[in-house]
Amino acid sequence: MIVELAHFALALALVLSLMLATVPMAGAAKGRVAWMALARPMAISLCGLVTIALLGLVHAYALSDFSVLNVQQNSHTLKPWIYKITGVWGNHEGSILLWAWMLTSWMFFLAARDLALPAGLRARVLSLMGLVVAGFLSYILVASNPFLRLSPAPREGLDLNPVLQDPLLAIHPPVLYAGYVGFSVAFCFALAALIEKKVDPEWAEQLRPWVMAAWVFMTLGIMLGATWAYYELGWGGFWFWDPVENASLMPWLAGTALLHSVAALQKRGALKIWTVLLCILTFTLSLLGTFLVRSGILTSVHSFASDPTRGIFILVLLGLTAGGAFLMYGLRAPQIRIGASFRPVSREGAILLNNVFLFTFCATVFMGTLYPIFLSALELGSISVGAPYFTATLTPLLIPFAILMGLGPMLAWRETLPGTLSRRVLVPGALTALLALAVALMPLPGRPFTVVMFLAAGWILFATLADFYRKTHRLTALRSLPPAYYGMVVAHAGFAVLLIGVTAATSWNAEKISWMTVGERLSFTGREVSFLGVRPDIGRNYTLERAIFRVTEGADDPGYYLQPEKRWYPTQERELSETALHLDGFDITYAVLGDQDKENPQRRVVRLYHHPLIALVLAGALMIAAGGLMSLAKPRREKSA
Amino acid sequence: MKAGAYMPLILLAIIVALFAVPLVQGRDPAIIPSAMIGKPLPDFVLPPALPGGAPLESAKLRQADRPYLVNFFASWCLTCRAEQAVLAAYARESGVLVYGIDYKDTRKDVSRWLDAYGNPFAAVGFDDTGRVAIDWGVYGVPETFVVDSRGIIRYKHVGPLREEDITRLVRPVLEKLK
Repeated sequence: MIVELAHFALALALVLSLMLATVPMAGAAKGRVAWMALARPMAISLCGLVTIALLGLVHAYALSDFSVLNVQQNSHTLKPWIYKITGVWGNHEGSILLWAWMLTSWMFFLAARDLALPAGLRARVLSLMGLVVAGFLSYILVASNPFLRLSPAPREGLDLNPVLQDPLLAIHPPVLYAGYVGFSVAFCFALAALIEKKVDPEWAEQLRPWVMAAWVFMTLGIMLGATWAYYELGWGGFWFWDPVENASLMPWLAGTALLHSVAALQKRGALKIWTVLLCILTFTLSLLGTFLVRSGILTSVHSFASDPTRGIFILVLLGLTAGGAFLMYGLRAPQIRIGASFRPVSREGAILLNNVFLFTFCATVFMGTLYPIFLSALELGSISVGAPYFTATLTPLLIPFAILMGLGPMLAWRETLPGTLSRRVLVPGALTALLALAVALMPLPGRPFTVVMFLAAGWILFATLADFYRKTHRLTALRSLPPAYYGMVVAHAGFAVLLIGVTAATSWNAEKISWMTVGERLSFTGREVSFLGVRPDIGRNYTLERAIFRVTEGADDPGYYLQPEKRWYPTQERELSETALHLDGFDITYAVLGDQDKENPQRRVVRLYHHPLIALVLAGALMIAAGGLMSLAKPRREKSA
Repeated sequence: MKAGAYMPLILLAIIVALFAVPLVQGRDPAIIPSAMIGKPLPDFVLPPALPGGAPLESAKLRQADRPYLVNFFASWCLTCRAEQAVLAAYARESGVLVYGIDYKDTRKDVSRWLDAYGNPFAAVGFDDTGRVAIDWGVYGVPETFVVDSRGIIRYKHVGPLREEDITRLVRPVLEKLK
């Protein structure tokens, strides 16, 4: 019954979203205040209806109602309750429903919050978002319905892939989706601005916090995914340039560019048309990411053949949404007045260059991800593009990008005289040179690339802190600086920290794969690893073998234990290795238990990894997200600064 | 400026069209004729990919008394990752032997990879130069061949084997050979 209710709520939501897409929009066009005023209550009710639908599905999962096809195919009674709930978005239908729910939640905040938003703009933005929601709801109801019943109901479900039964992966999709979908606000703001032919600093000021919030979610979502990949897959890495990862990186890069250009527009009225285009582009890439991940086109181009309706439906949805927006852009962009002009050596200039870099990164990732797909679609053969391509194309660009990142905040809006700039560069430049000298005297192990990356990170840190000191060494300045400035300092420093972590972990990592018999010892990166034994155990919905290793450094060191597991999930007939890791400062040592020797059960394949400073990657990503969050604080005060 | 404003729309149209090609035509790009079908398997000797494994050589394969599969794969290949579970399940159920040839890879990566994704292979040959793959007419991984007990190549599958490919394409070939 509850499932039918949820299904009905979703159908109602579709009707309401279509009304929302038309009535307030027409009202804004004709200047009818009453019609426009409908946008807010309609958006709030829409969110309510989709929430009912989502809760209905959650309820079915929580009670393991196997008369619902979607639940039967993705859940199991023995599954821990938390994974029963998160199983809602562990499958295609449920995750699209979550996607739609996120979209309506953003609408809810836009409608419910008391913003200084012009009534016409708010009505148009909500109306356009209603249109996007309508598209997705019709997809759910026509081609991807999670509420279909199964009769007779089986007694047991097929269970969720054990790789997905993990606390981090439980929250990774909602957080990432909140980011993906959050960019729809910017998308609709851009379209509304094109309709009104009005792109000005006030518009940018209204838009900026929404872009920032979506970007923070996106950053955290990617970070959670990478962390999960690091410890769960047990491959000794956190980023594999896998198309699914790239699908989330592309909108993040475009969103980062947008974040900067929208600031230039807010402060100086510059980069108007470009900002509008970026708004559309970022959400288009979000849609593309959803399409890539959710259509199954990535694992194999052929999976479309099995269910072409879904693939075509999502593609048409993507084409209509993005195509409509780009058409509108083509029609209206030439009529928008060009933004304020500026000198090349200025904050605007730095932001423009920053956008060029980020756009290039994004295009490079795009090519590397989609080229193999297109090649195969056109029957020109099949190729794989992997880490070597991305490392070779992206890392050289990182160096000028890092230099720019240090310089940008030192520059004033409109124009900075070369003399002023060179005075400001002096101290951080000298510090970086000192660092280079220190490295030359005490060579670091690793390739020249390692050193260059460390110097780049050093420069960003020195330059950012020098600028921070220059602006805050008089205490009165501390209060008058906008929160966005502190956010920028933290985020930029976070990027430097991330760069250090990535460089150290990839340059100095050590790994050892070997056969070990119980009782055996081996030395690994100056540590002694002893294999104490393997003990069977029973988990919640799996059985497991837990190996115990003791790791010591030197004779007196009490050391620590690593207990990697090998789990067997009987319902899915799947085996899964659970890594064990030990954090020491920012270094991580981790162990993975491999296969048994067929002749000698005491003998095992053991993989050991040591990644120096890898926790800095996580710390850096957290700082970047925290920076974004800080700049969300009280954006109004910025005007006086 | 005016025409330039339509550039994003044009680019989008091209991208959507490229995605639409395989969708609308509905053809299965997995079916690609191979010049090797009906020919005996080429001569080769490959060292084992895993420490302690047996070398893989054509002379030994020719002594087989029933049909088997030869699968070209690599640890750097993403689609091979998805294929691995299907191959493992099929090998376990049907008892058909599957020989693996590891294409342009390193020993370190492949042993780690087989460890993580399961090893369905009766033996794994290590073709780091890709020479043997050329003799087989392989131009990418994964590719899978069905070879009969006389050592004649009967079928070639390009791209990852999915469960339905096995039912629809591979199994009928094997049935016929019996």
